[in-house]
Amino acid sequence: MSINASGWKPEMGSGEGMEVQTFTGNRALMLEEPLIFEMDEAGGCGVDIAPAPKVTSRLGGLERKRDIGIPGLSEPQTVRHYTRLSRQNYAIDLGLFPLGSCTMKHNPRLNEKMARLPGFADIHPLQPIDTVQGALKVIADLGEWLVKLTGMHSVAMSPKAGAHGELCGLLAIRSALEARGDAREVILVPESAHGTNPATAAFCGYRVENIPATERGRVDLAALKARLGPDVAGVMITNPNTCGLFEPDMIEISKAVHEAGGLVYCDGANFNAIVGRVRPGDLGIDAMHINLHKTFSTPHGGGGPGSGPVVFSEALTPFAPLPFVEKQGDRYVLIEEETAEEHHGRTFGRMTAFHGQMGMFTRALTYILSHGADGLRQVSEDAVLNANYILRSLDDVLDAPFGNSGPCMHEALFSDKDFGGGLSTLDVAKGLIDEGFHPMTMYFPLVVHGAMLIEPTETESKAALDQFIGALRSVAERAKAGDASLKAAPIYAPRRRLDETLAARKPVLAWKEPTQGVAAE
Amino acid sequence: MRYLPLADTDRQEMLRTIGAKSIDDLFVDVPEAARLSGKIEGLADHASEMSVERQMGAMARQNMVAGEVPFFLGAGAYKHHVPASVDHIIQRGEFLTSYTPYQPEIAQGTLQVLFEFQTQVARLYGCDVANASMYDGSTACWEAITMARRVTKRGKAILSGGLHPHYVSLAQTMARFTGDRLDVALPELTAETDAERLLASIDGETSCVVVQYPDILGRITDLTPIAEKAHANGALLIAVVTEPVALGAIEAPGHMGADIVVGEGQSIGVGLNFGGPYVGLFACKEKFVRQMPGRLCGETVDAEGKRGFVLTLSTREQHIRREKATSNICTNSGLCALAFSIHMTLLGERGLRDLAVLNHARAVLAAERLAKVPGVELVNDTFFNEFTLKLPKEARPAVRALADKGILGGVSLGRLYPEAEALENGLVVAVTEVVTDEDIEALASALQEVLA
Repeated sequence: MSINASGWKPEMGSGEGMEVQTFTGNRALMLEEPLIFEMDEAGGCGVDIAPAPKVTSRLGGLERKRDIGIPGLSEPQTVRHYTRLSRQNYAIDLGLFPLGSCTMKHNPRLNEKMARLPGFADIHPLQPIDTVQGALKVIADLGEWLVKLTGMHSVAMSPKAGAHGELCGLLAIRSALEARGDAREVILVPESAHGTNPATAAFCGYRVENIPATERGRVDLAALKARLGPDVAGVMITNPNTCGLFEPDMIEISKAVHEAGGLVYCDGANFNAIVGRVRPGDLGIDAMHINLHKTFSTPHGGGGPGSGPVVFSEALTPFAPLPFVEKQGDRYVLIEEETAEEHHGRTFGRMTAFHGQMGMFTRALTYILSHGADGLRQVSEDAVLNANYILRSLDDVLDAPFGNSGPCMHEALFSDKDFGGGLSTLDVAKGLIDEGFHPMTMYFPLVVHGAMLIEPTETESKAALDQFIGALRSVAERAKAGDASLKAAPIYAPRRRLDETLAARKPVLAWKEPTQGVAAE
Repeated sequence: MRYLPLADTDRQEMLRTIGAKSIDDLFVDVPEAARLSGKIEGLADHASEMSVERQMGAMARQNMVAGEVPFFLGAGAYKHHVPASVDHIIQRGEFLTSYTPYQPEIAQGTLQVLFEFQTQVARLYGCDVANASMYDGSTACWEAITMARRVTKRGKAILSGGLHPHYVSLAQTMARFTGDRLDVALPELTAETDAERLLASIDGETSCVVVQYPDILGRITDLTPIAEKAHANGALLIAVVTEPVALGAIEAPGHMGADIVVGEGQSIGVGLNFGGPYVGLFACKEKFVRQMPGRLCGETVDAEGKRGFVLTLSTREQHIRREKATSNICTNSGLCALAFSIHMTLLGERGLRDLAVLNHARAVLAAERLAKVPGVELVNDTFFNEFTLKLPKEARPAVRALADKGILGGVSLGRLYPEAEALENGLVVAVTEVVTDEDIEALASALQEVLA
């Protein structure tokens, strides 16, 4: 028995059938952890708060009398609780995280350090603007780089995440159309789009219609052109698209939409594939959001915070939201409601309190300055190279539905064709967990059966890619052979497969004290 | 470049595996006209950590840091002491660099935190259930209004004049596009809130009444009569809480009949950050849960019967329901929710109560002292840790003059309501546990000089 050089494989060896039930339920470093609500003993507390001076209450007789019911723990208990919980998570810091379309790349720690400088982290959004000139400069500088990198005309920095950026873009489109007295009601969205696209269009009052894809995984230009007309406000197109492919007809799509009086929204979720090599502005688009947590590597944090600045064409610039930062002479000013009248009278208004995700701006700007022009270009090149390397290293064992239509961009797409024994993409994903990897994106995009969308990103070494390829190859071969043991995967994770049906049928969304009076067993 | 592991030899070998001659071959689908041959104008090449740190540090030093001066700003963002362990824990890579927990078997850490967070928020607000967070308080507020529309199938929302003006502004932006009707008003510089106006406005077309508690001027009003009138007319009460620490001292909105309670969670665990990222809190009665926006974490069991947690009720959400989803939200504010939850665990019942008592006491002392400054009048009868002063002259230049003296003295109503002349003498002052007696004295004497 030797250790596999391309990846450590757990061996049950002679321990087979000798599983020990431990007293604690723990398995060495795999530690079970109760809920904080089950740990609270005598009203613990992990902060020392100075005694309050005696005063006459001004609470208007609305004092909270009943217990709130929130447990407290001392600092050591708290640190241990969350540290133990953290170890039940997979993370980029632990290994390749190939979640397609989500762009899980390394998060440089310098970015964290810069975001925590008191001059950025400890300033209030409503301080007089002369006391926050440096912060406004960060917003202005980042905005300027985003405009230059995309070849667009202006940028709105306040959207809080990608979907919020989509909303920003569509509100600008609708405002522009209304301003020319041309109310339109339909937004066209390709079948392969992220769910946020149709949801956003509906959220601001549009009807959504699908555009079909071609066999090559691209927008069907003829079908799109046939559908364009006076009721179509615009299109939302992801480019590179969710199949990991560049839309080669993008310039023509934009042209056709513009000729029909509509506007073009580009979902910039996949901008990381082209940053420094292609400027979306040259493709004729009118608005695009940029997920700073994808392309510019602000941490995903287990589900946010994100940040979704939106770049605009000249046509949409007058309608951009408030507030924004402007340089006037040597000084940065914040254009808010009061000054908007003279500078920016056609704005569609405010879409969040304050000025956006400052903590993400400092990180993204740090990322841009660190990479520089040469580094950013290398980012997209390596991201695309790594994805193609995965595509071509696995297309003999896994079906690549668009493998014959040329190279992919930053992500490789496979299907579940030829899996045996009733096995599906889910089983392969769970098998990958046992191999020590986070699975790829599953069942998305919807246009491919059993889709597996793999995005390695540029921050993986060749050795890491080879190990992942080896693992996926092994699991894929098991799936094709109909290996029923995959149905039981994962075996080595902190939990086996979880019953999601039960969770949805009888939702338990908050902890409740165990009911008294249950007979002791 | 320190973040890119591939060596040129790797790149060549990989291109051979792919069957491409050069990297340009991989970009063949990009039309010639759209390829960028030159560099990005004005952007230097990659830079060392030290060099970038210098550039960023220079910008950071151009800002007046809240923790270094007497500081009294609030109005939706509050400066509290955040225990050192909070930032330490959220920087663990397993939290910081993980994703939305789509694969629950290897995301139990994040999921259990979310389950604990949801329970903490629900209890703090006095509600049955809470979601896994929204972007911030302002967007949570608009989502609550749209949820009330779905629940009641009506489109008229009555917004209290005490609701944060940015929250109102955002709702007005959205309502123009969705067709919702909003009944809005400016606040008045009086001790009374506009509860009477709200009660008079509720009718059979009302979907919801939106009341901030404590309100933008710091006033606290009993929500019970508003809830009763709303319910009698088939409408919902939405309570908005921008300062969660207050709920350690005053009754929870859910216990006063609020159907949906939303708010900003920044005060607990997150820090000022010039306005973001923050964390939106969203809770409601159990019967409305299927109309909620955003992620929800629920308890279940695994194949061996062990307790575990998953994201659930996702048929409300955009990735399943697409244009029929309850909201378009995807990424929310996970890491800030974690920070909130850790800080709340450190506080617990006792700590939150003590912190709230301390905030209130310091605010009372400050209000009493500042009301003694000649010409200055305290508007509020009731308040928690924030109150409004009426100055003898316009507050906005006074705030700037205070800043010139190295004091961040509050938020002028002129900044928040630039069009409202009746409010221009108003100054909203927040006093949390970080404010010392010396700070209060410094503000009082500087204010006296500025007003002289």
